[in-house]
Amino acid sequence: MDYQTLRTFADSWGLLFMVIVFVAVVVYTFRPGSKKEADKIAQIPLKEDKSPNEDDKE
Amino acid sequence: MRFGVETVAVGIGAFLALLGAAFARDSQFEAHMWVLFFVLLVSVVVMLRTATFKTAGTKQADTSGYFDEVVKYGAVATMFWGIVGFLVGVVVAAQLAFPDLNIEPWFNFGRMRPLHTSAVIFAFGGNALLATSFYVVQRTTRARLWGGNAAWFVFWGYQLFIVMAATGYLLGITQSREYAEPEWYVDLWLTVVWVVYLLVFLATLIKRKEPHIYVANWFYLAFIVTIAMLHVVNNLAVPVTFLGAKSYSAFAGVQDALTQWWYGHNAVGFFLTAGFLGMMYYFIPKQVGRPVYSYRLSIIHFWSLIFLYIWAGPHHLHYTALPDWAQTLGMVFSIMLWMPSWGGMINGLMTLSGAWDKIRTDPIVRMMVISVAFYGMSTFEGPVMSIKAVNSLSHYTDWTIGHVHSGALGWVGMISFGAIYYLVPKLWHRRRLYSLRLINWHFWLATLGIVVYAAVMWVAGIQQGLMWREYDTQGFLVFSFAESSAAMKPYYILRLVGGFMYLAGGLVMGFNIVMTILGREREEAPIPGSQPVTQPAE
Repeated sequence: MDYQTLRTFADSWGLLFMVIVFVAVVVYTFRPGSKKEADKIAQIPLKEDKSPNEDDKE
Repeated sequence: MRFGVETVAVGIGAFLALLGAAFARDSQFEAHMWVLFFVLLVSVVVMLRTATFKTAGTKQADTSGYFDEVVKYGAVATMFWGIVGFLVGVVVAAQLAFPDLNIEPWFNFGRMRPLHTSAVIFAFGGNALLATSFYVVQRTTRARLWGGNAAWFVFWGYQLFIVMAATGYLLGITQSREYAEPEWYVDLWLTVVWVVYLLVFLATLIKRKEPHIYVANWFYLAFIVTIAMLHVVNNLAVPVTFLGAKSYSAFAGVQDALTQWWYGHNAVGFFLTAGFLGMMYYFIPKQVGRPVYSYRLSIIHFWSLIFLYIWAGPHHLHYTALPDWAQTLGMVFSIMLWMPSWGGMINGLMTLSGAWDKIRTDPIVRMMVISVAFYGMSTFEGPVMSIKAVNSLSHYTDWTIGHVHSGALGWVGMISFGAIYYLVPKLWHRRRLYSLRLINWHFWLATLGIVVYAAVMWVAGIQQGLMWREYDTQGFLVFSFAESSAAMKPYYILRLVGGFMYLAGGLVMGFNIVMTILGREREEAPIPGSQPVTQPAE
């Protein structure tokens, strides 16, 4: 495994891997129905924050 | 007895340090072990004095709520180290403008400069990250920190690391790797502390009551995991002797340089960016009272940021012995980084949509907004500077210093200030801060300080770069290096002014925070517009 092999691996399979990961993240994030779930998670910091024991399901 | 085992362990540590001093193979190691010995000795005395001896069966401390005591210490440590770091920064700026201020051997620029960078990045920034990550992970998982006193170990172990690193620099102990100057034994200690930090954070996530892991925790976790990896690989070294300060890197030549900048740039990417983005994703929604603009954008922000950042390091080695393709790779990834950075910036800013008036009426929100604005500015400037043609002008000049400071003072500093201003009244159960108007003073002092600093460094850097590449008709360099240094004097004095303003802002904040902790409230007119218009009585 010399320098040339690694370099070729990086700009072929490495590049392909990164593109696939990126596309997968975008597709997963914007899949149908994800907005409702995301909006729910986004509310987590705004919940009551005094004690872990109180449930504020409301 | 409370902390009995811990006290004995610190005592044994002090004894080992004494042995280290006795059998040291070089004078630097000996001096450093004396420092360690006295630090640990004082710790033992303090621990013994605060020890309470309870008979068996007495009530244990309440461990059902959130573990906030360590966050309080972290907030105070952040403030303390921040002011120390800014002060040393002003001193080194003065040393550059007035070389007579270099007091040899301990206080010359070469030793003070890493003291400044480590104090602001690792002591100020690191404590801010420790404190806020412990606070945020508990609030967003609705679980108490895992591991009981492990969080105390992380906090005090980290302070010991800072003290050992700082005193080591002044004694002249360095492995001369930028942002990783501490020698092998201090590095080993930090590794232990960091692994415990990772355990506490991960285990708290695992025992969470909230089904989802909020995005701020993703950023904090990426910061902790990546810093562990970077720290271990970059500091692979062989000590000359186990009783001496000197070690040699496991790598040589350009591999060593690349390892260093892989570490160095990802310290920026994961310590100074990912961790503070975690802060942004919690404290901005909290202070504004609205959820983040787009949670889905924050997920894409996260994954693209961590996938791209790790490759950007080679842009620090343009036009060196590093293979050309690797330089280009670093440049291309740096330019691509612009997208996730700006996605995150827009996400942070747009969280205010519908509440833009808060920039006018809430000084803490204003501080957070300017911080995100500086994040946007410096993450635009960074990719530009990574382009080879630009880099051939900017590299090794003060432009780089200006860029780093607009990121560190603007983004990292301001978001930390905002988080501390938010946290202190909450942690000490105060109705409000001592003074909101003082935040305004802090805001303007800090902002104008950064603007002066960055603008002066742009001019200085570009002038420097142009002077260095100026050839005459016969192909000779027009200016000697000394001439370009002499030309910098007015800029260095102006930079000192900018840095001093930032320090002054830090002192105003320190006063405000201390008074808040003491429970004082300044009588002052409310910020215009912050109070609802009074309604006629019913």
